[in-house]
Amino acid sequence: MTSNEPILTLLLAAPAAADAAPALADGAAEALGAAAQLGTPVAVVVGAADALPQLAEAAASLGAARVLTAAVDPAQLGAPVADALAAAVAQEAPAAVLVPHSIEGSDAAGRLAARLRAPLAVDAVAVERDEEGIVAQHSVYGGGYEVTSAATYGPLIVTLRLGAIDHRAEAATPEVSALEVAASGRPTASVEGFESVVQASERPDLRSAKKIVSGGRGLGSKEQFALVEELADALGAAIGASRAAVDAGYVDQSLQVGQTGTSVSPDLYVAIGISGAIQHRAGMQTAKTIIAIDKDANAPIFEIADLGVVGDLFTIVPQLVQALKARK
Amino acid sequence: MKIVVLVKPVPDTYGDRVLSLETGLADRAASETVLDEITERALEAVIRHAEESAKSGAGEVEVVAMTMAPADSQSTLRKALAMGAASAVHIADERLAGADLVRTAEVLAAALRRAGADLIVAGNGSTDGSGGVMPSMLAELLELPAATRLETIEITADAVRGTRETDGGTMTVTAALPAVVSVTERMPDPRFPALKGIMGAKKKPLEVVALDDLSAELEGLGVALDETASARSIMVAATQRPAREAGEIITDDGTAGERIAAFLADRRLA
Repeated sequence: MTSNEPILTLLLAAPAAADAAPALADGAAEALGAAAQLGTPVAVVVGAADALPQLAEAAASLGAARVLTAAVDPAQLGAPVADALAAAVAQEAPAAVLVPHSIEGSDAAGRLAARLRAPLAVDAVAVERDEEGIVAQHSVYGGGYEVTSAATYGPLIVTLRLGAIDHRAEAATPEVSALEVAASGRPTASVEGFESVVQASERPDLRSAKKIVSGGRGLGSKEQFALVEELADALGAAIGASRAAVDAGYVDQSLQVGQTGTSVSPDLYVAIGISGAIQHRAGMQTAKTIIAIDKDANAPIFEIADLGVVGDLFTIVPQLVQALKARK
Repeated sequence: MKIVVLVKPVPDTYGDRVLSLETGLADRAASETVLDEITERALEAVIRHAEESAKSGAGEVEVVAMTMAPADSQSTLRKALAMGAASAVHIADERLAGADLVRTAEVLAAALRRAGADLIVAGNGSTDGSGGVMPSMLAELLELPAATRLETIEITADAVRGTRETDGGTMTVTAALPAVVSVTERMPDPRFPALKGIMGAKKKPLEVVALDDLSAELEGLGVALDETASARSIMVAATQRPAREAGEIITDDGTAGERIAAFLADRRLA
């Protein structure tokens, strides 16, 4: 069931150093894809004034039928983005507002819901329309339950888990207009500095990756964690890690998958030397296919693996990498 | 300076957590209730700051632990007191059962306004909900700046400063007080309360607050005292996901690497 009702999507500029080329933050294509299934996707593009033309074009290429732009000072966090989004809601009276569940996206969605006292559905893995309106699907308690939520009145504000929406909207011709935003003047936090994560390679970002190779304590050392990287590169996958591997200093904490790290739901999750404590499984068990390699046949990760291999990862992984290369 | 740490009782993740399929709400009787780990760490960071501040003569810092939770979860606040919080506020009211995010934010904001905090510290997320939106919602309602998801925290007399991992990089942010911050699990490991702390906790003030006690503040926020009849979002369905079944388990016979490559190719994943 589709409709022509406007569905707003919040597309923020990716946080970046001052000299970096402007780009939309992760989740933009997914939010527009989800919006296109519910109604007419209208993008609210928020970023530095001089970046807006490029960002608006990017939004249209991802399927925004209309683009509303609002300039903010990227050094001021908080209220200004909510001001812009509130202005867009007042102008468009949308059926729903879809926001990527990124760090900045979820902060903005929280502020908007609080300001409008509007229903908020967080970390949704799908949105759809039923007879009574728009509903959001959630995967809760580490994927143990599926829950559907809906608004009783007002637009439903939804944050979408990164990587959860597969549908993509068709590119549109940009129809761009500037939003008129009345600044609330509420106090903000100030950004003093920004340092980009150094991209060691062309590897995809963990949170939105379709394939992830994760390493655990079984790798034994920071040097040997390179095995995980080799396999990830052979598969075109992102790198993840268990908390044990992070605590042991093998990799940066930003790569931690699990209940208190990043929750992921990729097409493929390969767990190497990860026993699979419940806190880890909670963050990855919604992956479509799970492969586990560990020397302990009793490791709980095998309970949820589609293919589990008991053995020495230091011989299995190199052989797998060779086999993948040979197939190419 | 008064710092309120928002703590959260959650079902223990070491056991099975159960969602009632009738109400869609947590079945609190099914698992043990513990303090959420990140809020314990938030408390630890703030208590350390208070101790250092007292030692260096920088001024007294009063640490208050606050939660909105069912009446039977008070033991978690006692633990916060045993760790070193000076007092605790427990917002408990049957009319708040099943409160949605906006309702929760309204009530917490009212209680925070009543407490009059210079700094409000929360965890960036909890193990029983992955929203992480409450700190920014509170900042919006209280018209305060928010510095969310801090990995380091530095509190001075008039500002709070820290680094946060955001989308694509690390950001250094600062906010003038009063402010709301949320912190991540990079905060220090929580201490185990010493026997002295546990005994002392029994004498510390633990105030139980009902909605009626917050009527003035709720009115100030333009909010109805009782919203039980007019929820703005509802749960329309809840189902238990079938347990993920184990697939094929093999023991490496020297060809497992090849076997995995074939498995991936079959499923078009390589």
